[in-house]
Order: sequence, then structure tokens, then C-alpha cells
Amino acid sequence: MFNLDDYISIVGENEISELRLISEKLRGKSIVNINSTSTGGGVAEILNRMVPLLKEMGVNARWECIKGGEKFFIITKKFHNALHGKKEQLSKEDFELYLDTVRDNVLSLSLDADILFIHDPQPAALVLERNKYKNRWIWRCHIDLSEKDETLWNFLKPMIQQYDASVFSAPSFTQGLLHRQMLIPPSIDPLSDKNKELPQRTIDEVLSRFKIDAERPIVTQISRFDYFKDPVGVIEAYKLVKQYVNCQLVLAGGSADDDPEGVKVLTEVRQKAGEDTDIHILCLPPTSHIEINALQRASTVVLQKSLKEGFGLTVSEALWKGKPVIASAVGGIPLQITHKYSGILTHSIEGTAYWLKQLLQNPEYAKKLGDNGREQVRNNFLLTRHLREYMLLFLSLDHPNETLIYL
Amino acid sequence: MELKMASAPFRFVTQVSVTQMTQWKAKNIYELLSCLKEVPGSVIYHHTHRFLKQHQFLLPEPPNDFAYWVDTALQDEKLAEKLFAIDTIRFPTIRDIREKVVQTIEEHLISYKNHHDAPAGDEFYFKQSISFVLPTPYETWNLSEFAEALKKVSINSLYHHIFEARIRPPLEINDFSNWFETALGETKLAEAISKMDPYTHTLEGLRHQVINLVERRIQEMMHV
Repeated sequence: MFNLDDYISIVGENEISELRLISEKLRGKSIVNINSTSTGGGVAEILNRMVPLLKEMGVNARWECIKGGEKFFIITKKFHNALHGKKEQLSKEDFELYLDTVRDNVLSLSLDADILFIHDPQPAALVLERNKYKNRWIWRCHIDLSEKDETLWNFLKPMIQQYDASVFSAPSFTQGLLHRQMLIPPSIDPLSDKNKELPQRTIDEVLSRFKIDAERPIVTQISRFDYFKDPVGVIEAYKLVKQYVNCQLVLAGGSADDDPEGVKVLTEVRQKAGEDTDIHILCLPPTSHIEINALQRASTVVLQKSLKEGFGLTVSEALWKGKPVIASAVGGIPLQITHKYSGILTHSIEGTAYWLKQLLQNPEYAKKLGDNGREQVRNNFLLTRHLREYMLLFLSLDHPNETLIYL
Repeated sequence: MELKMASAPFRFVTQVSVTQMTQWKAKNIYELLSCLKEVPGSVIYHHTHRFLKQHQFLLPEPPNDFAYWVDTALQDEKLAEKLFAIDTIRFPTIRDIREKVVQTIEEHLISYKNHHDAPAGDEFYFKQSISFVLPTPYETWNLSEFAEALKKVSINSLYHHIFEARIRPPLEINDFSNWFETALGETKLAEAISKMDPYTHTLEGLRHQVINLVERRIQEMMHV
């Protein structure tokens, strides 16, 4: 695990000193994060890093998880999908089981902390207990609610309104809630295996293992084999470009064994790729952080041609490695890329192909985009910024109607 | 020769912020105009000043969110150009900046009707900053100590003392010039720093320029 000082070489001493200054104002306050899992997924990944760093600064931060049976997690998975806009069948019994399970957790959690920081819908109903305590409650929503299922939202909204504040990742995800709605985008950890600097020999070894030619341009998309990520569209764009530039395409994502839709998408992707040996379709285990890192670093151009996206942190991961990125203008991607300045935003297969050809043939312009993109991420999407904003969020709870606060 | 001690120390503070969403949102120029007349001053401040910190390494020009949105989402280049050109530093108060933005849009709409809606998901969301001002360990009593501290403080501190200072009393003067003049009697140095146009430099550029001016003044004093 890393210390705060390890980030000085990346963000500078001032940034870290300021984090320490802010943390002093939180001394004496207890903060408990509650989510539904301690492993797997972006929320656990961030809390795994964030909580130890808060503790290192002397903030009394903890992280606890709610427990539930298989049925509970099937229902909350449906909640997750429905909030993302997927049609799901939810019965009265489902809602009752959800509330009962959350209630069963009440005694085993530290709900008497000064600040309760509740992540996502799974533990959201804990707030129904808040009248027993004199403390502050924040709901952190990591989900894009712009096309949410209204029936489910009507069930959740009266609970969410009982929080003192809520936090969203992008403006379009926010809702008409009466309390403070904060905008805090997620972040990447520059020191994690997925993002840390790699020696050239590691990159070479990964390329050689996957039989990718290091001498020719490499175009990469890292994402699950999912319709929303449009891997078939990526192959079409590549084929349009291949007539002019002798490049290779890498489509790398998690193994699709346990996901019936993933298997179907993967089959279509393989059919579309046909006999082209320059298309590399890689199904990697979830622990392949170094491999993903190496593939991104070896790429000439990185694509994220999603049709729908949550925040799309893979874009920040590629930008952080100084890569020129061509990505769809959906979800949180336009927050990460300023078109033609720190990357390219596109809306179609043809547009993606056009820009891909441009960047492959104009390496100087591509490099400038990558350099600017890296600075954009350094300033806005690293863990240290995220940590600062969470601490300020906690401090803002004592000043509900103020916009300029002297501490 | 010993440097003159100030009648009161300069205490560096720093300013950090987090973004809050508001209830206002616009999908076309008419809605933008209507919201601009309604939103609190803190919202106008956020959209005309946040670039200074966020794009500190990138742009020496003074962009604002309204111009950027009109350009990219509504694709009205003529209006965007006029909005980009608003020189925010010339306006002593947020109210004046608001009036200028409103007036610019209204004048443009007399000759150019623009009924385009932004693409779905690309609406303009009005936000505001919740800013926190915190003391830093740096307290200085003379020009030499000041220059050394200025080399160490964060750009957030610099931002507070130069930009934020201009819109709180005494209005239109940055904290450095105010201290040079009132606590050290250094009127010329105060003027030289006041005359700099902070919106045409990056924050790091500004830091170097202020340090240079202060160090030059120290040299002059040492040779008297």
C-alpha cells in the first residue's frame, strides 16, 4: 500500500501539503463508508485506496459493508441495471426483501459515526434509521441516472431525500433533489498496477506473449465485450482505416464465460474480425492489470467507441499514459476530453475512422493531444483530487447554506 | 542594509473548492439568457473563474463556460467569439460581469436568431463552487520573506490572493499590492503588480512575474 508522500512526485508537494491542511479540519470527526462489497468493482477499488490515505492523515475513517443473501444481491443487481436504464421486473416482494435485508444490517454497522457516507443503492435504505442519531448522511451515487427506471426511482427517492447531500459523477446524472447535490467525478490511481509506469521490457514481453507486432501501429480498445462498448463498430472503423494504414487492432476485455450476453457479443466480434490476423481479440482474467497497462502503453491510438457509458474511466487511464484517445461523446467522456485539444470526440463509425486515420498519419498532432490529455488527467482525474473533494464535502456539511467558508 | 519590516505580517492562505450543482439548466440560447438573469452571483463567478485554476497549464486566455458551450454545443461561433472576448478583469463586480454577458447575448440575438437546441445530454448545467479558505504556515514580515514564501505556496493560494481578492473589499486590488502599500509603504511595487493583467498569464507565470518584481525591488533597496 502506498503513502501520501508517494504521490508527491506526480502531483507536487503543494497538493499533498494542502490535503494535510484540509485533513486537520476533520480531526475528531468519525466517517464511516458503507457499500455492499469489499472486493471487485470500482467503488471497492477507490475505497481500498482512499480509506488508508484518510487514516494516514489522522482522519477517523472506516469502511464497512452490508451483508445480504443471494436473493438480496439479485434484487440489487436489478436495481443497478434499472437505474442504468435497462428494463427489469421488480415485484412488491423484491422491495420488501430489500428493505428487510437492509434493516437486518442496522445493528452490525457503526451508524453512530459523525458522518455516514453511503455508496450506491444497495445500502441506501439505512438512512431510514437516521432519526435515532444526531449525525450527517451523504449518498454517493456512482450510477448514471439519466435514463433511470421511474418506478424504482419513485421507491428510492423518498429515502434519498432524507440524506443531507448527494454526490454524482457527472452533471447529467444529477436529479431534482432538494438537498445539496455535489459534482465529484471518480478518479484513477496513478500508482496502481493498472496505471503505474512500466519498464519497456514488461511492455515488450506482453506484446510478444499476445503475438502483437511492436513495429507497426497498434490501435486498442480496452473494454468488456458488451453491445454498449460497440466492439463491432470498432472493427468496422479499423477496416476503413486499414486500406490506408497497415495497422493492427487490439480488442481486450474481461473473459465472458459467466455472462451469456458477453459470449454472444464475443462470437459476433470474432465473426466480424474474420481471417484478419492483425485483429487481436484478447479475453483476459480480471487480475490482468499489468497486461492492460502494457497494452495501453504500447498503443499508437486508443479508442473508446462506446454507445453508452457510465463515467468511462478507461479514457482517463489511456490519457494518463499520454496516449491520443478517440472516444464517443457519451456519459462522462466529454468531461475527460476537450475535442481536438486533449483528445477526439466522435459520434459515428465513419467519424472514428476519419480521426483514426488522421492521428495515425499525423504523429506530431497525436502526441500533442496525448500530452494535453495527460495534463488534463493530472489536474482533474487523479485520486488526490478525489480525496480533496471528499474531505471538502465532509466539511461542507457543517455549512449547509454557505458558498465561501473560512476555516 | 536591513530590509524594512512591515507594520503587519502577510499571512498566506489557500483556497480550495468543490462543485455544487444548481437547479438551473439550459438547452438553448434563450434558456441560457433567462437563467443568466436569475442565478446567484456565485454561479456566474464559478463559470467565469473556474478555468483560471483548472486550465492553468493550458490557456493564457480568459475563457468562460458560456462561450465554450455556445461554441461547442450550439455551434454559434459568432456569439462564442464575442463571449470569449469579454475581459472579465475589467469588471469590478460579479454583477457587472453578469450584465455584460447578458447584454452581449441580447445584442447578438437582435441580428441573429438561433433556435438550435443543444444535443441531448449536452445541456448547460449551472453550477457553483463551495470554496474553503484555509490558513497556511507562511507568514512574512518583509519582502525577502515574502518572495521565499511565494516560491513555496500552492497555485490555489496565489489564485486566492490575486483573483479572489479583486472581488472582495478593498475591491479591485489584489492582496499583495494591498500589503505592499499599506504595511510596507511600497507604493511603486504595489502599482507594478496591480498593473499586471493576471488573466493573460498562467498562474505559474504570474508567480514568476511577482517574484521577479519583488526580487528586483530588494536588489534596489540593498544598493541604496
